[in-house]
Amino acid sequence: MTTRLATYAATALLAATMLAGPAGAYTVYVSNEKDNTVTLIDTATLEVIKTVDVGNRPRGITLSLDGKQLFVCTSDDDTVQVYDAKTMELLYDLPSGPDPELFVLAPDGKHLYIANEDDALVTVVDVESRKMVAEIPVGVEPEGMGVSPDGKFVVNTSETTNMAHIIDTATHEIVENVLVDSRPRFAEFTPDGKELWVSSEIGGTVSVIDMATRQISTKIEFEIAGVAKDAIQPVGVRVSKDGKKALVALGPSNRVAVVDVASKQVEKYLLVGQRVWQLAYTPDGKLGFSTNGNSNDVSVIDMETMEVTKSIPVGGLPWGVVVSPD
Amino acid sequence: MEWSMRQEKFRPATRSTGTARIGAALVALALASVTLPAGAQDAAPATPPAATKPAAEVANVKIAVLKQLVDAPEPLSLLDIPPADDGFSGARLAAEDNNTTGRFMKQHFDIVEVEVPVGGDAVAALKDLLAQDVHFIVTLAPAETVLALADAAGDEALILNAGAPDDRLRGEDCRANVLHLGPSRAMLADALAQFMMWKRWDEWFLIRGSHPNDELWAAALQRAATRFGAKVVEERVYEDTGGSRRTDTGHVQVQKQIPVFTQRAEEHDVIVVADESEIFGEYLPYRTWEPSLVVGSAGLVPASWHPAHEQWGATQLQNRFVKKNNRTMRPLDYQAWMAVRTIGEAATRSKSAEYAPVRDYIKGPDFNLAAFKGQALTFRPWDGQLRQPVILGTSKLPVTVSPQEGYLHKVTELDTLGYDQPESACKL
Repeated sequence: MTTRLATYAATALLAATMLAGPAGAYTVYVSNEKDNTVTLIDTATLEVIKTVDVGNRPRGITLSLDGKQLFVCTSDDDTVQVYDAKTMELLYDLPSGPDPELFVLAPDGKHLYIANEDDALVTVVDVESRKMVAEIPVGVEPEGMGVSPDGKFVVNTSETTNMAHIIDTATHEIVENVLVDSRPRFAEFTPDGKELWVSSEIGGTVSVIDMATRQISTKIEFEIAGVAKDAIQPVGVRVSKDGKKALVALGPSNRVAVVDVASKQVEKYLLVGQRVWQLAYTPDGKLGFSTNGNSNDVSVIDMETMEVTKSIPVGGLPWGVVVSPD
Repeated sequence: MEWSMRQEKFRPATRSTGTARIGAALVALALASVTLPAGAQDAAPATPPAATKPAAEVANVKIAVLKQLVDAPEPLSLLDIPPADDGFSGARLAAEDNNTTGRFMKQHFDIVEVEVPVGGDAVAALKDLLAQDVHFIVTLAPAETVLALADAAGDEALILNAGAPDDRLRGEDCRANVLHLGPSRAMLADALAQFMMWKRWDEWFLIRGSHPNDELWAAALQRAATRFGAKVVEERVYEDTGGSRRTDTGHVQVQKQIPVFTQRAEEHDVIVVADESEIFGEYLPYRTWEPSLVVGSAGLVPASWHPAHEQWGATQLQNRFVKKNNRTMRPLDYQAWMAVRTIGEAATRSKSAEYAPVRDYIKGPDFNLAAFKGQALTFRPWDGQLRQPVILGTSKLPVTVSPQEGYLHKVTELDTLGYDQPESACKL
């Protein structure tokens, strides 16, 4: 008992120092859609630091480039809330358009691109002036948002139109619409900007789009022994910083696929919690995290061994996840 | 609430507006954007006048939605009176969804709405549609109308049956040019039976109405009991003796009649009521002799849609529908939405607005529809039925979605609902 108490004390101390930012210790932020909370996890101890109340139905979640501000899509409040990432004090709301679900921050940190599910729009918000600068009409039920590493293109996926809309960030015009399989949920660029990966939840595939031709070059399919095809529903996709591996969250199959980016081959399926949706990595690339909605937990993935090492209970229906930068 | 199995009944919604619309509908048969009354204009909201839309660039797809009105008794509850636009509004929303996608595909979808009066000639309406180059016909009509249209259309049209739940249309009376968007009675019954077995409520007291459709629904429930291991311990028929549906005296007599009607039944877990005609089903809950659970046409009801279904992104569809129509979405709306989306999806995927390629794509192996049920929906090649999960709900909320866990199938678990290929009487 005493040793355990000692561990707790050490943990608390570590948590306190961690916020000052020693290398290798990061904070994971998880939005809990059901509970209207955000849970903070310390990557050094893999323990929950605290859980704080936020607005209604928090889903998409991201951080400013310096990690000081946390942006949360509070869908049912029709706003994006901005928190002090350290104290978790609510700073202000950003205009977001109705029902914001997912968003992406431009690589220069200046603009937030928000998918408005109910209005077939992507809203562009200037983070500094806190003003809406553009509304871009896209397909029915916009959802996934990705941005190219050079910031020149932002991509939105529309769930009922079934397209990836590639938008020029300079003109806010759509330059290409790529038809993908049913219910595209997420868009992710490879770090070199050459490929765009788009998951299709109902289609059961990930389309890899060659940005040079803006056409699908490969379609990745998934097959898990003993799991019904209908249950394999790709949602979150994250490519590792070194561009070598991609993790694909496969929804109600309770698996995350490990894909080799070069060959597009699935190397492994990791058993995580139930209804896995979104993913994030630590900046040093050592750990991955998945939000498992129906089991109310986050799975920790060791990215070197590609094993699930821990499950951390969080709030009700964890949805989005982001990790603090270096 | 208003969402029970009324999708197959097609009663003229409000009798006062009925005459005006009916008179014009059969004769005019014109494009929605040209002649239809106020609400219908939304069907093609983004249709700019021909002058601003270069015809060479945008390909048009015309889709007819044909509703055959049928004389049916008033429902027991005021909440259940179907709106005049039941079904049409779902089709209009799907056309809007198709047109948003169509902006990127240079395709445009127009809905042609047709209301055939009670006893009117639906086949004549079809011929007019074919003459206007309309080849996709979504029907909100009873089985005999669907069959007559299918036989008159031949290769000229694809009939998308969004209304009739009759198993014979998927069985002995199936047709190669007909697809079925809504669940059949057998699928609805199987969906209910699987959940009853999961709850271990396997002794059923079956009470059915006296109309032919009630008999068909009771037969589907009986078949489901046999398939999944439940037992009908007793069956009674509630005779429809006519008369008006509501009176100033209200509950007094009903409160006394139902206990008498349900007393001294064999021991049972649930009362399963087959009352598609809505003569008495809603009278059962809370009025039975014993404190019985009621499922089937009242209590816990299986349907393709529920106005409070929110799972799998359905909230988005519900919001779009309510915003546009100021009412909640009903099963008939959802089925018509799926029909029009089927055509839109196939036009997008086949990159064509022509009848034959779109039809062939729908009937081909690659077609699937995302329709807020958590998985891809596909057509059964042997009878044209759209495979789909079925929602079981009470008046306010969905309770569960079938197929239930554990009912396995070598192709897809959705084929545990309704007539599977080896059992099908359909020979296409």
